[in-house]
Amino acid sequence: MSIRRHLLLIIALAIKELLALLRDKKSRMVLIGPPIAQLLIFGYAATFDLNHITLAVYNEDPGEASRELISRLSGSPNIDLLYTIQHESEIKPLIDNQDVLMVVHIHPQFSADISQGKSGKVQLILDGRNSNTAMIALNYTREIILQLNQQWAKNGLLHGPPVILESRAWYNENLRSRWFIVSGIIGLLSLVVSLVVTALSVAREREQGTFDQLLVTPVHPAFILIGKAIPGLLIGILEASFIIVVAVLWFDLPFRGSIGALYLGVFLFTLSSVGIGLMISSICVTQQQAVLGAFMFLVPAVILSGFATPIANMPDSVQLITYLDPLRYFLIIVRSVFMEAGSYNLFWPQYWPMVIIAITTLTMAAWLFRHKMY
Amino acid sequence: MSVAEVSVENLCKTFHVGKQTIQALNNVSFSLKPGQVTGLIGPDGAGKTTLMRLLCGLLTIDSGRITVSGLDGATQAADIQASVSYMPQRFGLYEDLTVQENLDLYADLKGLAPGQRQTRYEELMKLTGLAPFTGRLAGKLSGGMKQKLGLACALVVTPKVLILDEPTVGVDPISRRELWHIVYQQVEQAGMTVLLSTAYLDEAERCAEVILLHEGKMLQQATPAIFSERVQGRSWLVSSPHLSNRQLQLKLSQLPGIIDALIVQGGVRVVTETADISFIQPSFDAATSLQTKAITPSFEDSFIDRLKQHNTDTGKTAITAHIAAEHPSDEVVIKVDQLKRTFGDFIAVNKVSFNVNKGEIFGLLGANGAGKSTTFRMLCGLLPISSGHCSVAGVDLRHAANQARQNIGYMAQKFSLYGQLTVMQNLRFYASCYGLFKKQQQARIQWAIDTFELEPYRNTNTADMPLGYKQRMSFAVALMHQPDILFLDEPTSGIDPLARREFWARTNALAESGVTVLVTTHFMEEANYCDHMVIMANGTVLAKGTPEQMKQLAQQENQPEPSMEDAFIYLIEQQMNKQSARQKQVSTP
Amino acid sequence: MSHNPRLQRLKGLVRKETLQIIRDPSSIALAFVLPIILLFLFGYGVSLDARNIPLGIVVEQPDAATQSLSGSFEQSYYFSPHYFQTIQQAETALKFHQIQGIIWLKQNFARQLFSHTQAVIGVRVNGVDSNQANLTLGYIQGTWQDWLYRYARVQGVKLNIPIEAEPRVWFNPAVSSRMFLIPGVVAIIMTIIGSLLTAMVVAREWDRGTMEALLVTPLSNIEFIAGKIIPYFVLGMGSLAATVILAIWLFDVPFIGSVGILLVTGALFMLVSLAVGLLISVLSKNQFVAGQVAIVISFLPAFILSGFVFDIHSMPAAIQVITHIVPARYFVAILQSLFLAGNIWPIILTNTAELLILLLIFSRLVAKKTRKRLE
Repeated sequence: MSIRRHLLLIIALAIKELLALLRDKKSRMVLIGPPIAQLLIFGYAATFDLNHITLAVYNEDPGEASRELISRLSGSPNIDLLYTIQHESEIKPLIDNQDVLMVVHIHPQFSADISQGKSGKVQLILDGRNSNTAMIALNYTREIILQLNQQWAKNGLLHGPPVILESRAWYNENLRSRWFIVSGIIGLLSLVVSLVVTALSVAREREQGTFDQLLVTPVHPAFILIGKAIPGLLIGILEASFIIVVAVLWFDLPFRGSIGALYLGVFLFTLSSVGIGLMISSICVTQQQAVLGAFMFLVPAVILSGFATPIANMPDSVQLITYLDPLRYFLIIVRSVFMEAGSYNLFWPQYWPMVIIAITTLTMAAWLFRHKMY
Repeated sequence: MSVAEVSVENLCKTFHVGKQTIQALNNVSFSLKPGQVTGLIGPDGAGKTTLMRLLCGLLTIDSGRITVSGLDGATQAADIQASVSYMPQRFGLYEDLTVQENLDLYADLKGLAPGQRQTRYEELMKLTGLAPFTGRLAGKLSGGMKQKLGLACALVVTPKVLILDEPTVGVDPISRRELWHIVYQQVEQAGMTVLLSTAYLDEAERCAEVILLHEGKMLQQATPAIFSERVQGRSWLVSSPHLSNRQLQLKLSQLPGIIDALIVQGGVRVVTETADISFIQPSFDAATSLQTKAITPSFEDSFIDRLKQHNTDTGKTAITAHIAAEHPSDEVVIKVDQLKRTFGDFIAVNKVSFNVNKGEIFGLLGANGAGKSTTFRMLCGLLPISSGHCSVAGVDLRHAANQARQNIGYMAQKFSLYGQLTVMQNLRFYASCYGLFKKQQQARIQWAIDTFELEPYRNTNTADMPLGYKQRMSFAVALMHQPDILFLDEPTSGIDPLARREFWARTNALAESGVTVLVTTHFMEEANYCDHMVIMANGTVLAKGTPEQMKQLAQQENQPEPSMEDAFIYLIEQQMNKQSARQKQVSTP
Repeated sequence: MSHNPRLQRLKGLVRKETLQIIRDPSSIALAFVLPIILLFLFGYGVSLDARNIPLGIVVEQPDAATQSLSGSFEQSYYFSPHYFQTIQQAETALKFHQIQGIIWLKQNFARQLFSHTQAVIGVRVNGVDSNQANLTLGYIQGTWQDWLYRYARVQGVKLNIPIEAEPRVWFNPAVSSRMFLIPGVVAIIMTIIGSLLTAMVVAREWDRGTMEALLVTPLSNIEFIAGKIIPYFVLGMGSLAATVILAIWLFDVPFIGSVGILLVTGALFMLVSLAVGLLISVLSKNQFVAGQVAIVISFLPAFILSGFVFDIHSMPAAIQVITHIVPARYFVAILQSLFLAGNIWPIILTNTAELLILLLIFSRLVAKKTRKRLE
């Protein structure tokens, strides 16, 4: 067959896949509705920024200094001073019941100590059930206290610590976690969508018997594979593009890097997700198994990708596993393009592993088409 | 005067598929007499399944009235569901449960008291012959056994009304006999009222009464004898020593004045418009000596006669294939040598050998689970071979280049086109798969639409078409690329007699033009269409030869002129006797 | 003893469903293998606690003071320092992700250390992962201040901090993220089992045509739903027990609350998840769609909207309202308290009450949508 005929054949196969996928109204809805809703909801929901640190103050000190500290704390936009308590016994129920995240306990000698040139003692009691939240709140409070210290030191009240630590965050200057999370969601949702599109496709054809009918035609398995991969690729890339646009226009993410480098990443990532989806699909005999298989891959892939928790914090053995996760590479690319102005030269270490994952999984899938019969 | 157990008055039902509105039932009224078997007969898409589902309260009634055992179908649907027993087309068995577990489930659901179970189970197992298989998963049963189990589940408590939707579809003759035996036994013992739909018209004659449904309307309700009266004196057997049955049938079916021409044993069965057959002789050469014999009309004759009156288009479209006729030929096209396939320790196909010559119709006959489909799948390269060889047009399709598959057409046993795609979308897709594009593609698709009369369904999802049209679609796809070799796996299973006739007319024409056809079937009368055939059982070949040779094998004193079905049953029983004899030998020290 | 047909029907259905679970290895795998994988991943793998952060240190003028400071960073569990000659080199390394942050000790570091006029130390972090950047900044701040006071004491410089904050993190004194992630994982696992498994089971009956036969039996809606729920409930509770035991035994997560409350609230949560799964199943009627829906709506919302990783209070008000329909949210709160804080009744009671409301709503919907008809 000539190249033109090959192309026509591939188009026919891809159209068939798309029709099989999109003709069913429910299935169309699943591919369009939830990802958009999830993008919006997760974009707002997934944040590590604490803007409502709930606080109770237990002030035993009548002096000036404690009042200034309290007004500093309550004046902060991210702290909600909810309770002022009179007895130590009130602390426990407030924390236990999660009425407040933090209690600031100012000791009776606080102002007196400070005016004598000694350190005034403040106890910060935090709810550690979510250790991350606790740490962030703690850092935040410390920052306020440090500023107060430095101001007092500057005014010559005391020999405080000098103002000499000047810190700056690159790429995400205000350390907005939304930038981090929304860019991650691009990868997350594209992965979910390409898996949903591909993971059931072969299993469904096997269950319905259409796969046999296809295999007795002269079509080479490689073409069947390409035909099955195209809809996943198309829908994955479309979905990713949509999210990218929403991220920039709606969530105000910066877009600093090369769009070409990003799209090469999107393409390779979607291709490897599609490969994994098709491999799962061709191993499974029933659709139920395919769904479970997709899940068995999806959940660890998200957790090990560095989407919410940094890969660097994982033990070395677990870090090795993350090299198998295409989402890992894609998240680096997408975040770098958005925030670090990343371009091709930075991404070769990300591109080639995805190429290998894609080639391996797609080859496996094509081989399994014919060889996995029962 | 007995009160009707089931009565239907002015029943109407419409469905909306997309923008189309389909009138599935149009003003149907009838009542069933208690304690007898009523057959529901009609071509595909007549509304049989819809009617049964309405009776069971599974669909809502648009207008009209249904009364079952004194319960109103509109308001007391739940009570009806609790009292009738229903076996849907897909029998409702859990394939991952064993025979016993399926029975237990339905016994629990239908409230059979634990104390009564033992006796009822024993009774049912005895009736169905499933006793040795109680521990087997239902999914591992053969089609016939599944149907028997489905029936057993429906009968686990003795219902007043039993509704069976095509209980004998896809079932071999032996299992069919057994199923009928069970139904009759229940009717006699418990006075059950039975309504069953069927595509096998010989079964209609076993019913006390028949309701004929066509395009949602009820044409007639009468005993089979009354049905047959209308064609009295118009049924004939025509044969000629100079022409093959196939040629004779081809010619006869094109003559005006002939309503039906069907190849049977010993000739062609013909139904004429009038009680005179002499008009056919002038259409043949003077040298062709035609022998005509009047025979007793069957229900099928009358059915065809009735429906052809309603159908303006008689569907006599013959197909001409592209291959010039070089018939007969000794060229071996399909070669099967010592073919074997095992699944675990189960031998599905055991050392099967046969050859198929070019341009012949070769039949693979056998009961459900005999290994026909497995052989087919190996021939088409869909299943690896455990040992032995097979080749199609000189190559092993499993290892040959994909291009080799351009020569074959395949029609699977189960409908296996994309159900969620329309007819046109499916046709376009498969045409592309066979390398047909642009003009060529358009031409072949138009051919398929015209030949198989798919025009009204162009934009219907194939899953929503009546069974007969699904089968036409599958056949169209198999013929799309004008293959030299056709593999047809149970192509006529479950389709109505009209569609079956069309199918065989086409297949005959193809064979005449040199296409090699390998076909499996368990309609034994269809074996008469084959040039050669093998009968398979338990994965092995029981007998090989021409249909006549097969019948001779079964010839005995008490059965001087066995039908193909008799021959089949005789061969299978012989095999079983041999087996049990061998088992006895083994067990006696 | 007269037999009760209602009970008998239920028993039959439960037995059937149980057998199907046993015969399909994939559902067992989901119930017992996935939890173990997840527990290991979260227990050993995932952590929000930074350690060995690659940190670039640029010293422009090495002396005793800079050496002492970089020594502090080297000893810290949190950092693994890399040294650079110039700030430009360090910044290039930061760009290529070789390091996460830079400490830049400028000229005259030692001399101007205690002056208030000029910053002698600059800090840069890669802010892409804002959470990690925040934590890293906090750690740097802490290490720096510790060193500063120590160094001042050694040098005989009088240096008092006016306010000395002394943090106490209750329930999780070591501030280990594993302690709060593991209880959350249990909730995620329960969600997946509940929704995913059951989402497929009713849809499968439609797909395989067994529904039609079931419908024409005396089986009522309630019996049908109960028959589907009971076996998966048992499976889910088994999985719950297994994961909780593993969490405590393998990962040393404390369990302070009472087992009884865990069982009761766990059972309630399981029922809610099952109801969600059944609802998906009843609405989609075919496995293809049910599978798609289950993948899309069960895992990610439970992961993101449950408060398991992301704090619900920090979400915008509208999103907080949405989290109320995520059952995992309530169970995460209950579990984190039960594991780390004990029986905190106000938390247990309010969350249980909300779960009950959800259960009522979802089960009403399931009952309404389960029809004994084909249309």
